[in-house]
Amino acid sequence: MKTRSALILALAAGSLALSACSKKAPASLPPDPGGAVSTDTGGTGSQAPLPGSQADFVAQMMGQDTIYFDTDRYNIDGQDQQALAAQAVWLAKYPAKRITIEGHCDERGTREYNLALGERRANAAKNYLVSLGIDPSRIGTVSHGKEKPLALGSNEESWSKNRRAVTVTVD
Amino acid sequence: MLAKMKLLFGAGIALTVWSPTVMAQVPTASDSPPENVEEVVGTLGNDAKIAIPAFATNADVPTQTSAGGTAALGFSVASVIYSDLRNNGLFKPTGPGSLPKPALGQVQAPDYGTWQGRGTDMLLQGYVRAEAGGNVTVGCYLYDVSLGQQLAKAGWTVAPGEWRRAAHKCADMAYSRLSGENPFFDSRIAYIAETGPKDRRMKRLAVMDSDGANHRYLTTGQTTALTPRYSPDYSKILYMSYFNGQPRIYIYDLGTNSQRLLLQSKNPLFAPRWSPDGKWVLYSMAIAGNTDIYKMPSAGGSAAKLTDSPGIDIGGSFSPDGSRIVFESDRSASQQVYVMNADGSGQKRISFFGGRSATPEWSPRGDQIAFTHIAGNFRIAVMDPGGGSLRYLTDAWQDEAPTWAPNGRVLQFFRTTRGSGKTGVWQVDITGKNERKLETPGDGSDPAWGPLRP
Repeated sequence: MKTRSALILALAAGSLALSACSKKAPASLPPDPGGAVSTDTGGTGSQAPLPGSQADFVAQMMGQDTIYFDTDRYNIDGQDQQALAAQAVWLAKYPAKRITIEGHCDERGTREYNLALGERRANAAKNYLVSLGIDPSRIGTVSHGKEKPLALGSNEESWSKNRRAVTVTVD
Repeated sequence: MLAKMKLLFGAGIALTVWSPTVMAQVPTASDSPPENVEEVVGTLGNDAKIAIPAFATNADVPTQTSAGGTAALGFSVASVIYSDLRNNGLFKPTGPGSLPKPALGQVQAPDYGTWQGRGTDMLLQGYVRAEAGGNVTVGCYLYDVSLGQQLAKAGWTVAPGEWRRAAHKCADMAYSRLSGENPFFDSRIAYIAETGPKDRRMKRLAVMDSDGANHRYLTTGQTTALTPRYSPDYSKILYMSYFNGQPRIYIYDLGTNSQRLLLQSKNPLFAPRWSPDGKWVLYSMAIAGNTDIYKMPSAGGSAAKLTDSPGIDIGGSFSPDGSRIVFESDRSASQQVYVMNADGSGQKRISFFGGRSATPEWSPRGDQIAFTHIAGNFRIAVMDPGGGSLRYLTDAWQDEAPTWAPNGRVLQFFRTTRGSGKTGVWQVDITGKNERKLETPGDGSDPAWGPLRP
């Protein structure tokens, strides 16, 4: 366990080091994903979130709970690797936690294909986390296709925010 | 829950009350059918002025129908027929609101001179009668006014709740007789009823008649429902919904109003389809992110994997004889349309139009494949099964997922509005004309046209 965590941290540091340039970050960070299934919202008021909670995960990730994709693509690029590495560090810290990765698409695709594409995106994220040493049995995936957009415009700015895979903690 | 419809001529009653002549559903041979079928196909009908006066009745008595007494029912039957023809751009119909109502005795002995004087080419009229048990009988007669000749006639006795079906049957009779095409009005549509804001849409399974009447929601909307397909006998609907948060395929039994999972699986399941004989079901399953198409007996049993590419293979639509399947795959990097034999052999790409080609649906006539062509905008198009003769039927920002009317001459699809994300079920004929939005209680998507009802 100790060596695995060390490996994850090393990987995370490595990808942080070489991550500077990115091509497709949304202009602003998306709001908190509405589809989060966590029942633990952490503390109340101005208190810090309960460590290991979904709220803690979201706070710690600072937007890196979500990765973004190009049109029709599902590859994990450098920026995605950085985000997933950060997720892996958190997951290594809370080994009892399981996650679901929600795959999404923009509205400019047909409905059924987008369901399959969202699943492929969620799996791409899962596979990368597994490559970082996260036990695959801790990772579920689900596709919402184009059915749950985050950004509501019909333009490239909105679409780039909707082509995403969002990691949410389950328990 | 379908009350059986009884053909009067099979029963040998009722119509003989007013007709001493021998009954036959096939009109006499001396009629003048359309000679140039291609021309009829090209315009889906013709310019015939067809008068549809209120149906007569022997006595205005109450009925258990939603239309009221027999006199009101006679007006409503004619109105339904009129709307069927008018809304589909078929012929030049005039409805009962602006026509004199024939007396019962004129139903089988029209005053041709009067109708000729009104500039009418065709006369579609009939009668309604309340039966002792609560059923209603509708008689339907089509006349060529200029020839002074009866072209077709039929009659049906139906349960009170099914009176609109008799009207659709009458419209089908006239449409078929005058166009040479197969009927399609007496059919139903399953679709997804949508309400709510773009990021929190409620998506419910719903069904309706081909004209939007008899609308009914089948699911509550607590979980998203998508991509329904009527079974060929209208007894069941396959659709995708979420089970424990995961995409799965449900089978809704319309007889018992109950639903169950089509099959147990740990993997996401999408895109259910029936074979034309209802004996097989296609579904698409993702394993480790890779989606392939499978085929299983609809009664249950082991599935066969039909595709095995590293890309997304999804959907599928059988040819009418069940021997081939057209489907969608991105194995060549973008969504394209492929054809394979029903056992999965002989997979071959047929769409080479640039852009992406998606959601193929084989026409019930077998001669065309409808699909969504994506090159900038999303447009409904048709091609022949070899991938030739591309024709666009629509041109809007986002039209997708065509479904065929049972006669393969009309299609429905859904249109999404840029920005708002609002959706609607639309209809267009095979020539790309007569495009119109169907009236639904809210927004609508994923229409799936069922076959002609028996």
